[in-house]
Amino acid sequence: MTRSGQNRLRSFTLHALLAPLAVVWLFPLWMMAVFSTMPDHGIFSSDVVLWFGTSFTDNVRNLQADTDFMRALTVSVFVGVVYTVLSVMLTSMAGWALARYRFLGKTAVLGIILGTITLPYFVVVIPQFVMVARDFKLANTWFALIVPPLFNSLGVLFMRQSFSMMPPDLFDAARVEGVKEWRIFLYVALPLARPTIAALSIILFLHSWNNYLWPLLISSDRSMFTAPVALGSLVGLTKVSWGGIMAGAVLLTGPMLVVFLLLQRHFIAGISAGAVK
Amino acid sequence: MRHNRTAYAFLAPYLLIFLAFWVWPIINSFIISLHMTRVNPWRFAPGANWSRLFTDPAFFNALKNTLIILVIQVPVMIALATIMAVFLNSPLLKAKGLFRFAFFAPVVVGEVAYSAVFRLMFNYDFGVINKLIAGVGLPVVDWYSNPTAAMALIIMAVTWRWAGYNAIIILAGLQSIPEDVYEAATLDRVSKVRQFFYITLPLLKPVIAFCLVLSIIGTMQLFAEPFLITNRGGPGQATETLGLFLYRQGFGSGNFGYASAVAYAIAALAVVISLIQLRLARDPQ
Repeated sequence: MTRSGQNRLRSFTLHALLAPLAVVWLFPLWMMAVFSTMPDHGIFSSDVVLWFGTSFTDNVRNLQADTDFMRALTVSVFVGVVYTVLSVMLTSMAGWALARYRFLGKTAVLGIILGTITLPYFVVVIPQFVMVARDFKLANTWFALIVPPLFNSLGVLFMRQSFSMMPPDLFDAARVEGVKEWRIFLYVALPLARPTIAALSIILFLHSWNNYLWPLLISSDRSMFTAPVALGSLVGLTKVSWGGIMAGAVLLTGPMLVVFLLLQRHFIAGISAGAVK
Repeated sequence: MRHNRTAYAFLAPYLLIFLAFWVWPIINSFIISLHMTRVNPWRFAPGANWSRLFTDPAFFNALKNTLIILVIQVPVMIALATIMAVFLNSPLLKAKGLFRFAFFAPVVVGEVAYSAVFRLMFNYDFGVINKLIAGVGLPVVDWYSNPTAAMALIIMAVTWRWAGYNAIIILAGLQSIPEDVYEAATLDRVSKVRQFFYITLPLLKPVIAFCLVLSIIGTMQLFAEPFLITNRGGPGQATETLGLFLYRQGFGSGNFGYASAVAYAIAALAVVISLIQLRLARDPQ
């Protein structure tokens, strides 16, 4: 067989294997969108429906009647934004310290950060809950939703890597001129780290947006439900609009898919950062 | 030159959060595990929770379920992720953007949203999956009453959600392999399949090991899927995972002492498995 013939066969096999897999992979998202546009009697009928209906707004209204989802979305947006800003501040400062300075205990700090990657969150969540809710009586507060999840080890490593790839002469020159360290960090290093910060912010916001277990535990008051908690509270109820639940799933997922499509590069950089140490 | 003060000034807020919300709780968790927490006030009884752990059939059931999912789901998912990554990396692939979207999109979908969809898709009477199965003339499956089917459902759901995530990491690893390695092999007429097994896989070993560790830790903490898809670990306790068991003990029954002991057991298991994994990955052969 000629070289190009061989390539054509290879290309055909490649697509023949990958296309069905891609269809299977897209199917749940497709069905989520389809279900969200169908009335409940359409979802629970014996027909196979694979195309959109016209009931999306009705479903949103049903969802809003089952639980105050608009309020929950507002809570989620607020928590996500504040969490992301705070977390970027913490991790970039810590990353800068670990990339830029030699100091006593540096190896220990790095070792601990790396160690926590393999520590299951479940070890922390029960005592966190006991501390925040039982000892400090802070359940159902913004503080409880935002602050305890702030610790993040991959973010620090990501920022540290970004800072340590910058030429040190840049900062040393500023220091020789008597510029204070925090000014070098704020006005020289941070602007240079903008792509990394963008990637990190996306990952952090997504993490907060989809976080389920912690807000489920810490918010028992409906007015402090995040969107996933509000939606999850409907799954499993008997008298509930499934079209509404699917509309909620679309409202949760849709914006993130759009962000993913627009900022794919940052997304992928943020996730694959875990692999490159 | 050392900059202890400046460095710790920059580290302070981060370390403060770490100490307050990680270090202290982990220590506190151990202290709590030594108490009877179903009486008020809590009573110091160092052996109570730990001895119960080793004789509790419900704990062993959850452990068994978690290990079954782990042993099946993680290898299947990593293999799929590797295939996705290798194919996405192929210069022959057309419509790369579309394929990338298909495989990577689940990464942004939250646990609650996708659990709800899967629950609906696998409904016995009206689920689209059973309709499709019936459509090709096969017997329909009662995904929520048959324990094996329920387990399979959880495994499929988790695989769907996380394969693309791992593929992203493996793809990054693939792209860091220099081209000339393959060029030399192609000149020597080494087939693509052999190149994959003798060049690509060995070079990917550290990345795959990293994915394995992350996936094992993730699967050990599986919670939302059995909570929402199979309705609190049903049928019966057939899909109850360690995470769900922990939730039930800690937040259902308010037995924080026992839940803390369970959490420690999960952590110990995760650490052991991760260490074995990393040791295997590092071992030069």
